[in-house]
Amino acid sequence: MGRRAHPLAGLMKRLDGWARAALPAGGTALAMVLATAPAGLPSAVPALLLCCLFFWTVFRPAALPPPLCFLLGLLQDLLGFAPIGTGILTALLAHGLALRLRRILARQSFWLVWMAFAGVAAGAALLGYGLHAVLGWRLPPAAPGIVQFLLSVGFYPPVAMLLTLLHRSMQRMEDLV
Amino acid sequence: MIRLSIPLRQSLSRLSLPVLIAAALGVMLLGQADKGMVERGRMALADTLAPAFSVIAEPMAALRDLLGDMAEWRDIRAENARLREENDRLHRWQAAALSLQSENALLRRQLGFLPDAPASFHTARVVADAGGTYARAVLLAVPPGVGLRKGQVALDERGLAGRVTDVGSRSARVLLVTDMNSRIPVVLEGSRARAILAGTNGRLPRLEHYPADAPPRQGDRVVTSAEAGVFPAGLPVGVVRHGAGGAPEVELFARLDRLDMLRIFDFGLSGILPPEAVARPEPRPRR
Repeated sequence: MGRRAHPLAGLMKRLDGWARAALPAGGTALAMVLATAPAGLPSAVPALLLCCLFFWTVFRPAALPPPLCFLLGLLQDLLGFAPIGTGILTALLAHGLALRLRRILARQSFWLVWMAFAGVAAGAALLGYGLHAVLGWRLPPAAPGIVQFLLSVGFYPPVAMLLTLLHRSMQRMEDLV
Repeated sequence: MIRLSIPLRQSLSRLSLPVLIAAALGVMLLGQADKGMVERGRMALADTLAPAFSVIAEPMAALRDLLGDMAEWRDIRAENARLREENDRLHRWQAAALSLQSENALLRRQLGFLPDAPASFHTARVVADAGGTYARAVLLAVPPGVGLRKGQVALDERGLAGRVTDVGSRSARVLLVTDMNSRIPVVLEGSRARAILAGTNGRLPRLEHYPADAPPRQGDRVVTSAEAGVFPAGLPVGVVRHGAGGAPEVELFARLDRLDMLRIFDFGLSGILPPEAVARPEPRPRR
């Protein structure tokens, strides 16, 4: 009996591990898709991606490797109307920057992390504006970029709260395993 | 699964970010070179998501209706007074319209006027805002088998809303007239002067290229022009109002911030301009 249960338990454990590994990227993609639904603002999609990406990169970098960042950026580009590639580049650069900063940030208080995130969001908004100007070959209005920056900064606390809960429970599960 | 040695794996993971950034730049160039491919990718994704969007749209619409109802109950008395006053006014207009209608019928009989064929249209539900930070567009869920075409005209119940720019098998994207890339030939009804309605991504699109001797006046009605063979003449667009800098803007009839249904008209017009030509004013009419 004990021997028969063994392979099944192994499978369950592996399934559990896969689910945990897929949760950060899958959850981010789902949140982005839901944000394009009629209730949401389309500008919320990049903001959500940036928040989730930054959080997971700082606190659980293994969950969101660069290829997944690439795919999430591509999803953002396909969901929105922006020139393709801008979302991918922004996502990858934000990921790289957060990865550099994580040694310092992972131990800091929420406020400092938020401030750092605001810096990343400002960089992302500037990059988006610049790429839009270059690829569209005309100067877009500045207001949407500013709105996007403010949205990202404003979204971060609730998103981070939710993800922190998730992250803690995942950690507890991993400790059990 | 392939087992790699630890140093190799480490160097691979260190390399992956720069390689992917280069790939992102490549995708960007590819997207600039082949716009059609990007469009197909977008519509494939939209087609996949459209059924899910329309499922989500139902409870969302119910919630919004409930909130709207609550606001309505609050100021129902003021609304009632306003409606009564408006009803009186409309009765007078109805009388005027009826007399004009009969006069029009009389004059048409005398002229042998050929009326335009009635246009066919499909009504589709708006399921998602398909714009982005820098674009104004909506996504429609279209039942399979309904043949929409690029360039067809979208109206809500009050006036012009936009044009169909991408068509998938189950969804279609409508570029709204407020989008920065939207340029629409219009006529000012008062002076019959022609102008271009240019979107700014803001709430009110601007009027451009109007004749210097007939500047748009506050309150002029703006309707579409048949010039360039993209729109039929006379679709209601909005009324002129002067903005903060004195630039003429158009207050749209269509309520673009709360679209739920759009009528997509097929006027049988074929003068569709390629997207890159829309930004330029057409040098001469095609018809």
